[in-house]
Amino acid sequence: MAATFHGVGATVAALSSSSSPSNSFGSKKLLSSPSRSFSVRKRASFTVVRSDGSVNFDLNSKGRRAQQLIANAVATKADSSPASSSSKPGHELLLFEALREGLEEEMERDPCVCVMGEDVGHYGGSYKVTKGLATKFGDLRVLDTPIAENSFTGMGIGAAMTGLRPVVEGMNMGFLLLAFNQISNNCGMLHYTSGGQFTIPIVIRGPGGVGRQLGAEHSQRLESYFQSIPGIQMVACSTPYNAKGLMKAAIRSENPVILFEHVLLYNLKERIPDEDYICNLEEAEMVRPGEHVTILTYSRMRYHVMQAAKTLVNKGYDPEVIDIRSLKPFDLYTIGNSVKKTHRVLIVEECMRTGGIGASLTAAITENFNDYLDAPVMCLSSQDVPTPYAGTLEEWTVVQPAQIVTAVEQLCQ
Amino acid sequence: MNSASCAAKISTQPFSLNPTSLTSHDNPLVFPKPTSLFLGSTRKLRLSSSSKLNLHRRSGTVVAVSDVVKQKKSKSTPSLLITKEEGLELYEDMILGRAFEDMCAQMYYRGKMFGFVHLYNGQEAVSTGFIKLLKQQDSVVSTYRDHVHALSKGVPARAVMSELFGKTTGCCRGQGGSMHMFSREHNLLGGFAFIGEGIPVATGAAFTSKYKREILKEADCDHVTLAFFGDGTCNNGQFFECLNMAALWKLPIVFVVENNLWAIGMSHLRATSDPQIYKKGPAFGMPGIHVDGMDVLKVREVAKEAIGRARRGEGPTLVECETYRFRGHSLADPDELRDPAEKAYYAARDPITALKKYLIENSLASEADLKAIDKKIDEVVEDAVDFADESPVPSRSQLLENVFADPKGFGIGPDGRYRCEDPKFTEGTAHV
Repeated sequence: MAATFHGVGATVAALSSSSSPSNSFGSKKLLSSPSRSFSVRKRASFTVVRSDGSVNFDLNSKGRRAQQLIANAVATKADSSPASSSSKPGHELLLFEALREGLEEEMERDPCVCVMGEDVGHYGGSYKVTKGLATKFGDLRVLDTPIAENSFTGMGIGAAMTGLRPVVEGMNMGFLLLAFNQISNNCGMLHYTSGGQFTIPIVIRGPGGVGRQLGAEHSQRLESYFQSIPGIQMVACSTPYNAKGLMKAAIRSENPVILFEHVLLYNLKERIPDEDYICNLEEAEMVRPGEHVTILTYSRMRYHVMQAAKTLVNKGYDPEVIDIRSLKPFDLYTIGNSVKKTHRVLIVEECMRTGGIGASLTAAITENFNDYLDAPVMCLSSQDVPTPYAGTLEEWTVVQPAQIVTAVEQLCQ
Repeated sequence: MNSASCAAKISTQPFSLNPTSLTSHDNPLVFPKPTSLFLGSTRKLRLSSSSKLNLHRRSGTVVAVSDVVKQKKSKSTPSLLITKEEGLELYEDMILGRAFEDMCAQMYYRGKMFGFVHLYNGQEAVSTGFIKLLKQQDSVVSTYRDHVHALSKGVPARAVMSELFGKTTGCCRGQGGSMHMFSREHNLLGGFAFIGEGIPVATGAAFTSKYKREILKEADCDHVTLAFFGDGTCNNGQFFECLNMAALWKLPIVFVVENNLWAIGMSHLRATSDPQIYKKGPAFGMPGIHVDGMDVLKVREVAKEAIGRARRGEGPTLVECETYRFRGHSLADPDELRDPAEKAYYAARDPITALKKYLIENSLASEADLKAIDKKIDEVVEDAVDFADESPVPSRSQLLENVFADPKGFGIGPDGRYRCEDPKFTEGTAHV
């Protein structure tokens, strides 16, 4: 277990060390061959968790509900069945490239889509998500703003009210604390206070989460602060497939959507379909079906959970892992079905213990599915501690796979 | 227009490059001497400071618009600034604003509206002077003192009054209230409760206008946005950040400061290191103009220039309107802090009285014409109250309707259906 743990750490280190703009493409060398769908190396020097398999699970669960949901589109073209998508070769790319691809495709599709943020234009974005877009679309459509989050977020909201579809980037999600006024008061509320007259089809996105020793202020989880704001939707991407899909869905949505990316996930590699597709904003993603326990997670913790899942499988457990993806609102159907099957819930999140997504999810599950639970909902969150700089301390503030394994064992007693 | 011409004297002293001449002042007004320099007798600032004419901040970027106005006025045979139709339009708009606000006060004390209600009495010249020059597609962004901006922009009095009464026929279906007047049809983008909040939204609307022209190739898109806000807001970060961005990208926006000297109980002079707000425009690379905001004709002249600049793509302008609110900050404010002499000084400069005098003295309208307008407006306001009274209150079904433009945003419930598909959703009783 310790070896696996360090393996993950090494992966993460490898990923993060090559996330600097200058050698972001160097990380390709470090990743395993793309043909494996769930590759694990014995000595676990690094691991690549692939989500190819999840596409099938996704589509299956959607198939059951196809008649009930309105306008549900995982893929927008007719030939989106699993058979045809696996027959098409698809193309491989890294998560930040997937985000860029999604953004670029939407910008080509609709001239009202524009980007605003610090260093999104000439610099290409601090994590290269908008690289090349300014050259292609011009300096007004990919707008380099001064360092004034509150005001340029508000400007994005005003632009959205008057017909544009801006994608506002927070260079780090933490910086959006400065834009809280605009996000809460205007972004979330204006549709309502104007009696439905003005829509705000804005997307606010950026990297957040605990990185590799970035320090307390660059390691914040803003999803916990924003979740109370009425009128917004929040989604978190975790794989290149859902990153592109969620980006596109968010841009097409008439609601204001906050898309949470994670600093350590930008260099994940995956093969994604060539054809146009979106991921439903309100749905969760089944990562690994199982019988014994439901593990709910999102963003980076998904990988810690999958790492722990390997150990658990070896120990004879069969965890069901769901990436909730939609942080607000929760997909209570997918989650509920899982709870009804396994009767045990473990939430693994990166938010702090107090007032995080996990806290809300615990409440929602207890409220809705109490009768189906054989044990109290367990929630593993980060410590209520400003993320320390020191690597060892930082490790101990976030949930590690070992803790997940212990928690499952405890739950399943 | 005696009171106006008195004011005109103050604000239109000979514009000269010689600094010494700027400090001399002829003070025709009878006014008690201020007692304390530091605590900011506003009177001292307003009467003695002629440096507000110091428009030479940066060569070439500042337009001495007040100069133009002064020159026009000092001609011996006055060429009139407005036609009869324009004059009556301006008069009617200001009377509507005044009568409406007075009725609001009455209705508030009768328990027909609640919460925070901020009235605009005394400041009508700014709203009328600017907004009557706009087209329907131009946008206006305001603050919580937005009733009259809404009326000037064309939102029907009925819709505004209903909104204040919290009825479903209000312009925002009763969901916004006094501080959140919106109208898509008339391009009124709010109504904001926190000061400074609307300025970035206005900047965004101006950005859209530029975007439409340059990216979407709507070549004739010359929509202008006006952002109205007060003196207190001019110490807020969003103000400065937006001045920077608007000037940087030459956005078609006019920043209109309604400097009424008081932010609730905080005097502008006690809150601001350099109280001359118009000077802050050139610091960001845009012209800063100061104008007498109690004189609708002067405001209109300045507005023409500023709006024209924006329409031609020459960029933003900062206009500081010296004005005054005759009532307290809101209907809950006892207004005990302001000096009665100050109030009297500005009451004497009532913009409506001034315009009336101008119209009559220049034979643009007769007493009868103006009385007819007064009567007409009284009827409009009465009708608005009756309409609002008779309108229904929002039903429960309205509770959840406008939270999301796409109600799928409420998510998927345990039964697999979207929450918004639940029949209780339209009843407003769904569990979301």
